[in-house]
Amino acid sequence: MVPPASHAAFRATRLPKCPTGIQGLDEITDGGLPRGRPTLVCGGAGCGKTLFAAEFLVRGATQFGEPGVFMSFEETEAELKANVASLGFDLTSLVRRKKILLEHVRIERNEIHETGEYDLEGLFVRLNHAIDSIGAKRVVLDTLEALFAGLPNEAILRAELRRLFRWLKDKGVTAVITAERGRDSDQLTRHGLEEYVSDCVILLDHRVNDQIATRHLRVVKYRGALHGTNEFPFLIGETGLSVLPITSLGLNHGVSNERIATGIPRLDAMLGGRGFFRGSSILLTGTPGTGKTIIAANFAQAAARRGERTLFFSFEESPNQIIRNMHSIGLRLEPLVKRNLLRFHSARPSLYGLEMHLATMFKEIAVFQPEVVIVDPITSLMDSGTASESKGMVTRLIDYLKAGQITTLFTSLTQGGQSLQQTEMAMSSLMDAWLLLQDFEGNGERNRVLYVLKARGMAHSNQIREFLISDRGVDLVDAYIGPSGVLTGSARAAQTASEKAATLAGQQEAGRRKRELESKRMALERQISGLRSEHEATAEEFRQIDEQIGTQTRLLTTERSELGRLRQADISVTTGAVGSSKPKTKTR
Amino acid sequence: MKTKPVKRRAARANPPPEKLWQLRLYVAGQTPKSLTAFSNLKNICETHLSGQYSIEVIDLLERPQLSKGDQILAIPTLVRKLPEPVRKIIGDLSDTERVLVGLDLRSAQ
Repeated sequence: MVPPASHAAFRATRLPKCPTGIQGLDEITDGGLPRGRPTLVCGGAGCGKTLFAAEFLVRGATQFGEPGVFMSFEETEAELKANVASLGFDLTSLVRRKKILLEHVRIERNEIHETGEYDLEGLFVRLNHAIDSIGAKRVVLDTLEALFAGLPNEAILRAELRRLFRWLKDKGVTAVITAERGRDSDQLTRHGLEEYVSDCVILLDHRVNDQIATRHLRVVKYRGALHGTNEFPFLIGETGLSVLPITSLGLNHGVSNERIATGIPRLDAMLGGRGFFRGSSILLTGTPGTGKTIIAANFAQAAARRGERTLFFSFEESPNQIIRNMHSIGLRLEPLVKRNLLRFHSARPSLYGLEMHLATMFKEIAVFQPEVVIVDPITSLMDSGTASESKGMVTRLIDYLKAGQITTLFTSLTQGGQSLQQTEMAMSSLMDAWLLLQDFEGNGERNRVLYVLKARGMAHSNQIREFLISDRGVDLVDAYIGPSGVLTGSARAAQTASEKAATLAGQQEAGRRKRELESKRMALERQISGLRSEHEATAEEFRQIDEQIGTQTRLLTTERSELGRLRQADISVTTGAVGSSKPKTKTR
Repeated sequence: MKTKPVKRRAARANPPPEKLWQLRLYVAGQTPKSLTAFSNLKNICETHLSGQYSIEVIDLLERPQLSKGDQILAIPTLVRKLPEPVRKIIGDLSDTERVLVGLDLRSAQ
């Protein structure tokens, strides 16, 4: 890159430019038309030359403070006013305020008789007078070629035209001269006007490819300046011309680290837990009926509920239809629409060409200033242009949205039979995140699953998730991945149920065994207590035996002493007392 | 402002001889071509319209705003304002025959 200082110096030495104010053209020409020089705008009938010229003047008068003279050789003042009114330009008011001067030059060949030498000084005087009367900086001559039809002597005319262009340069006005395209393709103008205008030549073209008419603009020549040499599609919209320079935007838009939720918590979880980056482009592809619009609507609702202005471009359903359908799955979009947080823009894709759609979208975006944009589906737009155009246009749209830090969700319909991961126009490379919705067929049912194919700059789940839609909204659940592959829907439910049953059976088995052991333990307990009582009984017996033995011993001792006493009776007989009791015993 | 030409072939065939011929010569400065045109016009008028004409010379350099009214591009331009229809003859009027045809005098004579 060139350092800014020298870049600025370089700029200063370049040809001074005169901004046209035409959307996109100043980007292609790096600033506008060559200031103070004539520019030739040529093209076939109906390709927009007059409108180009008119917009150049109107923008000059309204945006750049440069009054202009419109010298028309074909249309009258009234016709011109009416024609450009369709672009929203109020010529009448500009004329009244002396910002623009309309000058109709009428040439009738049959009124004119040529009788010798002449020049076109009258035209010069008129133009000069017109320029001076409002201090014009810009001049349009539309179209000079009418002179060739009106004036018989071509030699004089050519000499005078050469003088005219010289004169315009000397006058210092930036001029736009329109001319009809030549019949041969190598001939830019029918009367070779390009021979006189050597500074800048712009070619307008309106051609039909595949029954789709597209306008193109090409800067054929721009002396002393860099310019885009490609053919650029342009369109005539409600606010004037708009050239769409596909390749002009650099990849230098700002990025945000802010993350925004998708409205589906589980999906946020798959995206590193926090959703998408603000300002990123998200692609949602899927076959018909996989729930693209539902995810889009969830995203829209979540954004609008956060208070972010959301613009929903629908190319398939009407706003009311979407609101009703989303109501059935628990989304309440209507209050958000009423609060002007959510706006729908519905249009049939076949309504007009691709450029017109994009122009309308640009306009809507410019008016509504959304933070989130949803395009549902982008594939419908693709149908309204040829392949290369479509890609260019979509690139332009994405760049435009990114430059504005607008988060965008594009849904893309994958037709049956196409590869799921092949997007239209190889769009995916332009996108920051890509969700893939897919149908799984099996078990006599279809189930939706969702993958995150890519998500730039964030950790994201590599897992497949089943996408469930109920009247309470949507949810993502883990798909069952078993030995027989991914199971979804009732198969997943069945698998879960059988697993649950198996677990239950296991639990029951364990319980039974536990109880068994318990009773066994109880039995043992009982045995133990039986044994213990037996043990106690034995001990008791033992004690009793001990006791008996004690008693017997005592008795024996007593008896012995008794016997002893008895054996010593002779001793005791001698004592009276003892002798007297003994006879009682003997008598018994 | 503008004069709408009305084509009437009858008027062309028989211009009333008494009627005044009102001619306007547009020039831009005293160029040789303008001077030639004026003298040629004078001669033709004296020869063919003696006493029935008036010539108004308009120098657009002095009065540029008048160029619009008669839709003047070429200089010099002779405009026949009357009799109607308006005719325009461009050039220095050196081709007398063509001037007479242009003024509808050729068939009248």
